[in-house]
Amino acid sequence: MDGGPQENGDSTPVVRVEDLVKTYHMGSIDVHALRGVSFDIDKGEMVAIMGHSGSGKSTLLNLLGCLDAPTEGSYFLDGELVGDLSDDALAAIRNRKIGFVFQSFNLLARMSALEQVEMPLLYARDRQRRQRAEEALAVVGLEDRMHHKPSELSGGQQQRVAIARALVGNPSMVLADEPTGNLDTATANEIMELLVLLNQERGITTLIVTHEADVAARTQRVIRMVDGAIAGDDRTARESSAV
Amino acid sequence: MSLADGVRLAFRALAANKLRTSLTVLGMVIGVAAVIALMSLGAGAQASIEANIRGTGSNLLFISPGVQSATGGRFVDVSATSPTLTFEDAEAIREATIPGIVDIAPTRNTNASLVAGGNAFSTQIIGVTPSYAEVRTFQPQVGRFISDDDLRRRARVIALGQTIATELFPGQNPIGATVRLNNQTFTVIAVMEESGQATFQSRDNQALVPLTTLQTRISPSRTLAGDDIVSEISVTLADEDEATIEAVTNEVSALLRLRHDVTEDDFTIRTQQDIIEALGEVTGTLTLFLGAIAGISLLVGGIGIMNIMLVSVTERTREIGIRKAIGARRRDILVQFLIEAVLVSLGGGIAGAVIGGLLATYMGGVSFGGRALEGHLTPEPVVLALAVSVAIGLVFGIYPANRAARLRPIEALRYE
Repeated sequence: MDGGPQENGDSTPVVRVEDLVKTYHMGSIDVHALRGVSFDIDKGEMVAIMGHSGSGKSTLLNLLGCLDAPTEGSYFLDGELVGDLSDDALAAIRNRKIGFVFQSFNLLARMSALEQVEMPLLYARDRQRRQRAEEALAVVGLEDRMHHKPSELSGGQQQRVAIARALVGNPSMVLADEPTGNLDTATANEIMELLVLLNQERGITTLIVTHEADVAARTQRVIRMVDGAIAGDDRTARESSAV
Repeated sequence: MSLADGVRLAFRALAANKLRTSLTVLGMVIGVAAVIALMSLGAGAQASIEANIRGTGSNLLFISPGVQSATGGRFVDVSATSPTLTFEDAEAIREATIPGIVDIAPTRNTNASLVAGGNAFSTQIIGVTPSYAEVRTFQPQVGRFISDDDLRRRARVIALGQTIATELFPGQNPIGATVRLNNQTFTVIAVMEESGQATFQSRDNQALVPLTTLQTRISPSRTLAGDDIVSEISVTLADEDEATIEAVTNEVSALLRLRHDVTEDDFTIRTQQDIIEALGEVTGTLTLFLGAIAGISLLVGGIGIMNIMLVSVTERTREIGIRKAIGARRRDILVQFLIEAVLVSLGGGIAGAVIGGLLATYMGGVSFGGRALEGHLTPEPVVLALAVSVAIGLVFGIYPANRAARLRPIEALRYE
């Protein structure tokens, strides 16, 4: 079953994808990573995209994150078509509208937490970036670790820095790729709690790609991917999300 | 990203690899220092030669036999086949009392060996008149100069240059001593003051005898008419004005043409400026040549920058991926790496300019043709070297920076 566009009242969906197809050419073989995917994500939703490796979930995340362009189909972000744009135009969209959280944190080794969080604002030429970065770090609970480098932080703290970096530019949505994949269970729980809290209290639209059922269970909606197509789109009441 | 942020980022990145950065900078330092030091030495040689030519007396005209072409700095001397300038010409010029001429000094050169005690010295002997000391500003340090009486009597007297004096009479007072020249005995009447290098021949290596003595006793040489041949006539002018030089040149030319009964000049009149310019071309070429050799090391320094920037781009692929994912545009990445390259090259350029300047200033010990060479530091090579180092940073930095800027974010993020 395809999760078709959802009727959800007045506001424009943050994400609308229609018949998204992505085909990679590996030599003479065509790899069909996505075979026509359509769904909407509304503002304030917290969605998990689940699937085994090779199911196309990472490809979908790259397309939604404007890191790659689809072979066919349309992608509307905040109601605007992300079409055949230049690299720089895509960079600007990533900068303004998308916050990334990666499995391996992807922090820069030389920089303090504060500088990591300032970085998106550097490219946005934001004059108040110091202050805004400090605020974002306070939101993730790292006000006393602002001047530490990644090597001086625990895995959970590093992921918090990454989340602060994703949040600092007030993006339309946060894309998290296996955000708890490199963390132990207790820390993974803390990070999930933080993401849920941010979603609930600040209404941040969040998309989490995961293969862990525990993680998916904390979201309101689970999109299951199998072989490049959507195999299920379940809206569930969030159970254990209360903090 | 603003330029200030770019510079700050570049400093951080360079500081993260201090040894590597220093070695890359060192390549530029050596290149720039070599260019500045060598070009300064070239300029120093030029300045010193010029000063020495001027030191032989300013406002001079030189009349030499034969037609000598000054084109391209090459002098074709035909005086050997048609010796035309004579002592009588010199006397005629003196007697004509041409306005603007203060004094004249005819000379003739020959080569001979001087022997005193067990020492011998092979050198240039110049036959001169008493006016030579004034005209060529070359005075005895001790003793007396050749007099009119010496000239009249064709006296066997000789004035030695500093170098000859010390070679032939080490630790002794040569005045009154005798030297043998062509199996004749000459009495030393003077040791000339130290003069240094005039053109390519040091006057400290020359010995002066009365012109008449040279003519009759050492190396007789006459025209068919029986006149005494001279190698050169030096003329002192009242001033250095273009007008004076031109007027005197015209008068002397007319007089000599009349005396030689020719319509085409069979002599050449050169000013000191002509000689300086001809030599300046030679030393200028030398300076450029030295600079070009040093420029090769600058090029090698530039290649070093490119090399290290390429390594850096590969190493930092993941960083580039992260930056692009969070919104860095191509230009941001390009500028970041370009600034790094330019900082390295400019840093090397500044340090190299300082070191090259110091080398040029304190390289007094370097000997060139028996004479200590001084650097002559001018602003031009410094400005040039700095501009060139910025250009090198840009030229050799653009390829690695562009490679970084064009990385695709997904692939860069996947890079381990």
